[in-house]
Amino acid sequence: MGKSIIDKIWEQHVVYKEEGKPDLLYIDLHLVHEVTSPQAFSGLRMKNRTVRRPDKTFATMDHNVPTVNRYDIKDPVAKNQMEALRKNCSEFGVPLADLTSAEQGIVHVIGPELGLTKPGMTIVCGDSHTSTHGAFGALAFGIGTSEVEHVLATQTLWQTKPKTLKLQIDGKLGVGVSAKDVILYVLSKYGIKFGTGHVIEFCGEVIESMSMEERMTVCNMSIEGGAKAGLVSPDETTFAYIDGRKYAPQADEMESWKSRWKELASDEDAVYDRVIVIDGSEIAPMVSWGTNPSMTAPVTGRVPYLSETKSETEKKSIESALAYMGLDEGQQIEDIKIQKVFIGSCTNSRLEDLRAAAEIVKGKSVHEGVSAIVVPGSQQVKKLAEAEGLDQVFLSAGFEWRESGCSMCLSMNDDIVPAGEHCASTSNRNFEGRQGSGARTHLVSPEMAAAAAVYGNFVDVRRLSPAVV
Amino acid sequence: MAGFKEYTGKTVGMDRTNVDTDQIIPKQFLKRIEKTGFGEFLFYDWRYKSNGELNPEFELNLPENQGATILVTNENFGCGSSREHAPWALLDFGFQVIIAPSFADIFYQNCLKNGILPIVLSEQKVQSLLERSKNQPYTLTVSLERQTVSDEEGLNESFEIHPYWKKLLINGWDEIEITLKLDEQIKLHEELQLNK
Repeated sequence: MGKSIIDKIWEQHVVYKEEGKPDLLYIDLHLVHEVTSPQAFSGLRMKNRTVRRPDKTFATMDHNVPTVNRYDIKDPVAKNQMEALRKNCSEFGVPLADLTSAEQGIVHVIGPELGLTKPGMTIVCGDSHTSTHGAFGALAFGIGTSEVEHVLATQTLWQTKPKTLKLQIDGKLGVGVSAKDVILYVLSKYGIKFGTGHVIEFCGEVIESMSMEERMTVCNMSIEGGAKAGLVSPDETTFAYIDGRKYAPQADEMESWKSRWKELASDEDAVYDRVIVIDGSEIAPMVSWGTNPSMTAPVTGRVPYLSETKSETEKKSIESALAYMGLDEGQQIEDIKIQKVFIGSCTNSRLEDLRAAAEIVKGKSVHEGVSAIVVPGSQQVKKLAEAEGLDQVFLSAGFEWRESGCSMCLSMNDDIVPAGEHCASTSNRNFEGRQGSGARTHLVSPEMAAAAAVYGNFVDVRRLSPAVV
Repeated sequence: MAGFKEYTGKTVGMDRTNVDTDQIIPKQFLKRIEKTGFGEFLFYDWRYKSNGELNPEFELNLPENQGATILVTNENFGCGSSREHAPWALLDFGFQVIIAPSFADIFYQNCLKNGILPIVLSEQKVQSLLERSKNQPYTLTVSLERQTVSDEEGLNESFEIHPYWKKLLINGWDEIEITLKLDEQIKLHEELQLNK
């Protein structure tokens, strides 16, 4: 019986096995940020414990950081939290990409960008979007602060082996349909808990032909389907991305690593607990209309009618979502007016995302009554984008060009969507209050967000695409 | 962490599905560096109106639900963000037990690490508990040792929990202490990795 990449990585990391216990799993890379780590470091200090492997730990600050005047942090509690990370990293010897560092950025952007993320690794972070790193064929998952403390102290975690789910996306995506639309489509079809207790392996022609940045977007939102992790078997695209990055293997060792990494790919006859097959050509640009990521429809579609619901529970939840979002049942997606646009987050803030958005914006202007910001995922992304002149494209269209951080994805800093306003956002969660109390989030691709900024409402980017026209 | 054996407490029903951790504790309250003091912000946007007044219609604010320490709720409770501030807030508010048809994975683990017992019961059984606790004070007794949920009127349901988590909860053990005893095995793994 063949093995999946999930089985292979798991087996290679079991440190200790005992009947009646979960497996003790070794962790190869532990990423740390300011919000979910202070209590873990305090725990170590209280028990006089140390960080076992600071060399396998890497920290940055991203959630709280201002995207304008980034050194002027007005909120004393946020400032204190960032200070705490500095103090903790220096005391325990953990490397930190601080605000002043050219490597600072969203933790799930900088891990891959620096070459810290590699195939076959187990990667954790006190952040649910750790699944992003699965794009490299790593088993990467989010953990709570108690588990952060456990990993700091022991470099391991007690874990029961999750079930495996193969999600195969066949065919080709249409022009104007992006990786974000793929994962939003999956969530709209299978809901926000279909992956609970599972690790998803994304595969099929659509995934194989994706760039690493696109694969990251897909894996990033695995957690939105409840999955423990999402990953893709590594291939030449993966190796080419890693090659030459700061923490990647040395040039003379790359070939031997590549041959080891190739063996990780799932066997042809691998067995999974569940298999889902999707036709990629059916996917349209998607827009979320509700208060969880499965409440999503094609841009050409509409909000559901309450009469279409299958149960009282579903009816209740749609009713409350529509009330929160200020939408009518049956309303066309293209009729939703937009006041805010956010291009950023660990889902869609990489160079390719910014290029795709800039392509739509070029030579146009932000619609009257819309305020739009672009928040590059990292200082490196920002620098590369500026070298290509993308900042100028956005600025001359009337967008704001900001410093890197999580920003309006969860609005822990000052980047907040005012109550009642509709925001076309390239982030990952449209939960009530996520972008601000009463904020109305619509999850979309960078292309769709850019088009919404220009037109003031949602438009089908396939109609704007030169390849179609 | 104190051991968890048997617990009797008043329940509050919250018949909502997919309650995410952004609702349990909104992001503006995640900036503190302690584990305590999050209770006052629990379900903040639901518990309070935008003018800061208590929302009288919210489940936790109903007079008959005051002092409740067992939360009965619907499927996929605790989905979304991994923030452990969610169980810290629930615990700080007074909750010891949460009963639902399903939990999000990270949230479930986070509860266990903080001595909150997450209990999975079938949708039908949860519905019946929600009915029983509606509009009146309703008390449940939870025995982790026997893995049962019971009331004074003869209800007695059993639930599943992994024997390892059960043992940790009952004894209130420090998991890191247990793992550190396996230092030899961890070292061995590290050496094997190096030599590969």
